[in-house]
Amino acid sequence: MGRWPKPAEGSWTEHYPELGTAPVSFRDSTSPEFYELEREAVFKRAWLNVGRVEEVPRVGSYFTKEIDAAKTSVIVVRGKDETIRAFYNVCRHRGNKLVWNDFPNEEVNGTCRQFTCKYHGWRYDLKGDLTFVQQQSEFFDLDSADYGLKPVHCDVWNGFIFINFDPEPRWGLREFLGPMITALDDYPFGLMTERYDFAAQNNSNWKIFADAFQEYYHVPSLHSQQVPSAVRQPNQTFECGHFQIDGPHRLVSTAGTRRWLLDPEYMYPVERITRSGLVGPWRTPETHFSAGLNPGGIEPWGITNFQIFPNLEILIYHGWYLLYRYWPTSHNTHKFEAYNAFHPAQTVRERIEHEVASVVLKQFALQDAGMLGGTQAALEYDVVDDFPLSDQEILVRHLHKVAVDWVQEYKAERSPVGV
Amino acid sequence: MTESRLPSAFAEFEPLAEKWCLATEAERWQARLATPMPEIRRFYDAFSPRFEEAIDYCDKFPLDDVPDDALHLLHLIYSMIMVSMAIEVFGQQKPTDSADAVIDRVAGPVP
Repeated sequence: MGRWPKPAEGSWTEHYPELGTAPVSFRDSTSPEFYELEREAVFKRAWLNVGRVEEVPRVGSYFTKEIDAAKTSVIVVRGKDETIRAFYNVCRHRGNKLVWNDFPNEEVNGTCRQFTCKYHGWRYDLKGDLTFVQQQSEFFDLDSADYGLKPVHCDVWNGFIFINFDPEPRWGLREFLGPMITALDDYPFGLMTERYDFAAQNNSNWKIFADAFQEYYHVPSLHSQQVPSAVRQPNQTFECGHFQIDGPHRLVSTAGTRRWLLDPEYMYPVERITRSGLVGPWRTPETHFSAGLNPGGIEPWGITNFQIFPNLEILIYHGWYLLYRYWPTSHNTHKFEAYNAFHPAQTVRERIEHEVASVVLKQFALQDAGMLGGTQAALEYDVVDDFPLSDQEILVRHLHKVAVDWVQEYKAERSPVGV
Repeated sequence: MTESRLPSAFAEFEPLAEKWCLATEAERWQARLATPMPEIRRFYDAFSPRFEEAIDYCDKFPLDDVPDDALHLLHLIYSMIMVSMAIEVFGQQKPTDSADAVIDRVAGPVP
């Protein structure tokens, strides 16, 4: 028997009957055709997180974001009115990429008063208005008001900057996020500004990679080294305390033991000496505990992992969080972005604690990244396509179902009725 | 006679300093991957007994005003953390099963 009570239906999966319990297909992660549909149906319809407000701290602060899934590049900038806006990174004159430094396909950031095109020197202000045209009298009835930068819908939730490529988004940002996510409205992400940022190019479909971060069933096997070998149990299991689904979004909470209460042999020497490790610094500054942080009432609470559709994960620990984004670059590759965010260190010892947590994160993320290249390759053999998922893997089941549902809906909207 | 890098109380680690006082994670990661395990083990064994004391020494300074010699010691501590993963956790330089995966730390606080 498990440690944690399951819903009355007998399982988490059956608590959400639309999920079913049958084996699932992963063709949504191996098919180039499905990926082409997913670009339109998912990445050009959902709100996508591209950064935090701290990344555009001052008037004129900007960054660019290459979004391969939408085949586009975006400029995000803080205006004189402090509003954060997003624009397609395209000059309205001859279509040149407007903002870049050394190479057009590399993301950049900085601070400026205006954007000037490298090609013919057209200038745009921070609101995207066209403010200067070289030799304007040579043009034919050119009204500058008609040639501002093309905007991208942009909104901010609790410091997270989201964009939406839909010309008319189906939902506002808050409505899209829904009550389970906006229950974190008062969580003080803005206090955790000491960041360790990571980037990778991975050889797997973005969903296949996300799957490894939304179930913990794989942890005792793939990440057996998270427990020192002397005390490692060969048939170790892992059971999560609470799963929840709200629209296209998901969460999972697990219990956590306070590290300093563990027997020393359950820790590596580096953890004991630095008082930090796999689950971060042992002690962190008191941080407001939002109602949305532990909706399952797990005690002792360890983490809650919020999976915000389509490609954002925010995993909150006691007093710090980590964030992952998965940006597809083809049906079987993606760009992975991750960061750890802490309350700024006040002492050298605290900084060392953050370093340890960040070194550890990379070790185990590399195991996932290495193995999932193999998963992708084997899925593409296309010899089996009925994969059984356990109740611990309910969130894997949900992600693939939502992606397929969105694609089906997109296709249905486009096919003639009655055919 | 080479120039001393570390606080005098930690002079015994001067022979390790040239190789392991590395300011960035990228350099420390590369050093771990490129160094044979016996050599990593020698660094780990030599530094282990005074690992905690070294942290306490650096912790005496304000984070934004760490003198150069203590800063070098801090970089040595960071390298110790890096190689601890190889010695204590994996028994090899690379994380087990990481295959050809690469993850780069692209930004972080200093020091």
